[in-house]
Amino acid sequence: MDTEYKIPVQTSGETATVYASDYLNKLSGEKIERECRRQIDAGYKTIVVNFGETEIVNSIGVSILLGVIDAASGAGAKVVFSDVNEDTIELFEMLGLTNHVRVN
Amino acid sequence: MPENQQKLIHTFGALAELGHEVSQKNDFQELIRTSLHLLLGALGIMRGGVARYSRFGHELNMLAVRGLGDEFPLSLTICSEDERQFLTNGTVPIEIAQAKVLPFFQIYDRSFAAKKLELLVPLVIRDEIVGVVLLGEKANGEPYSSYDRDIICAMTRHIGVGIAQRNLMAELERRADENRRLYDDLRMTYKDTVKAFATAIDCKDKYTEGHSVRVGKYSEIIAAELGWDDEQVEGAAVAGYLHDVGKLTVESSIINSPHRINAKETAALNKHPVIGYEILLPIHHPYADVPLAAKYHHERLDGRGYPDELCDRDIPYIAKIVCLADSFDAMTTDRPYKRRRPAHEVIEDLQYNAGRQFAPELVTAFCRAMLKEITQETKEKKFRRLLGREYLEAEGIVSLLKNALNVMNGTSSLTLVNLD
Ligand SMILES: [Fe+2]
Repeated sequence: MDTEYKIPVQTSGETATVYASDYLNKLSGEKIERECRRQIDAGYKTIVVNFGETEIVNSIGVSILLGVIDAASGAGAKVVFSDVNEDTIELFEMLGLTNHVRVN
Repeated sequence: MPENQQKLIHTFGALAELGHEVSQKNDFQELIRTSLHLLLGALGIMRGGVARYSRFGHELNMLAVRGLGDEFPLSLTICSEDERQFLTNGTVPIEIAQAKVLPFFQIYDRSFAAKKLELLVPLVIRDEIVGVVLLGEKANGEPYSSYDRDIICAMTRHIGVGIAQRNLMAELERRADENRRLYDDLRMTYKDTVKAFATAIDCKDKYTEGHSVRVGKYSEIIAAELGWDDEQVEGAAVAGYLHDVGKLTVESSIINSPHRINAKETAALNKHPVIGYEILLPIHHPYADVPLAAKYHHERLDGRGYPDELCDRDIPYIAKIVCLADSFDAMTTDRPYKRRRPAHEVIEDLQYNAGRQFAPELVTAFCRAMLKEITQETKEKKFRRLLGREYLEAEGIVSLLKNALNVMNGTSSLTLVNLD
């Protein structure tokens, strides 16, 4: 099942939006990171991670997002987190993710 | 939610999940990757890796890495001085910047600096290094607090247990493998000994050269046809090889008499099953019932056999197999006072004696194995090798066998053979 799931992506201009969903919180969430890397490699300068369908982010999710941040900074791309709920924003601030990304 | 409370919930969530992973995950690679995610994500650590220690090569082999890039070495060598230090340190994070005196940190200084690695945690389980965890800078740019270090300690201990468990499993598998090989060796030795014994028995009886070996082979054929597993089939063969071991103590002049022997001689000869049993009983056989096969291979279903005149159900199954194999060989080989009987006569004899001397289902199995070989339903050439090229190819044998199988079908649970 996991191998069949396709990460939803929308692109417009220089921006690629990747939808995180609850998928982010499992090992299989590495797919999201790979998808982001693919978009960065394809030349998109801004990677938006959308959390509209993501209720909570656990430690695996944080680690995967750190991987996205690392990949983007290595390629000179920006990362934007959008549709993030209050609790998750607090968590990102506490762990320092917000030092590296813009939150919409 | 107050920040402290959220921090607690987040990190303890990671810790709980890690504990669960270590106790549940079967896939070691997945376990290690998940563990690294949980550790990095719990404290917001940008990069890191988990390595497993190989005692033989004094190497740390990376099992999982995050953000260390392609240039980071996947295998790190440590010397005994490093090893000693790691052991005394235990599962407490070592500040890489402060540990430059150790050879290990001197050698890998550039790789560690390039990736801003700050901590190295030796994974020490029961006074043994099983690996290390390397950790880079935190995403919030702050130094590691004592709270962070406590969490790291607890989480890396879980990872260490996961690796130790895996090592233990690998060791157990290796030992089980070794054991299996030893057991196979033992069985081979046993089989060789048994064959040597069978040859020795057969040497004594110059007129029936090869008898024990052939009885072993026929017993094997019957057991295999019954669908027994490999080990049981081997057991049946061994029982056949050794069934006449008691003859070793019977005088050669009786065994090798060119004439029919008298009553007294017969009495002496007929002791061989019991003597065989007594010889075989103290030996530890890897297969059950080898001694019983020797003792009862001259019993008959109708109770007219010897030594105990047992009836059908009291005769051990293995003895019934050997009995059939023994009689078949006696009928199909030349004796000093008698030439071997033609195949059709032998088959008729087996059929007639099914239920009297022999267990009907065994006769059926034996005949079926014979038929399969003659009609080339199997590629086996066992009967051919044992009986000679033409013996079973005499005219009418196939229909005789089919007929015998159909007639005996009433007394066994086997399917009807097509009479075409
Ligand atoms: Fe015998």
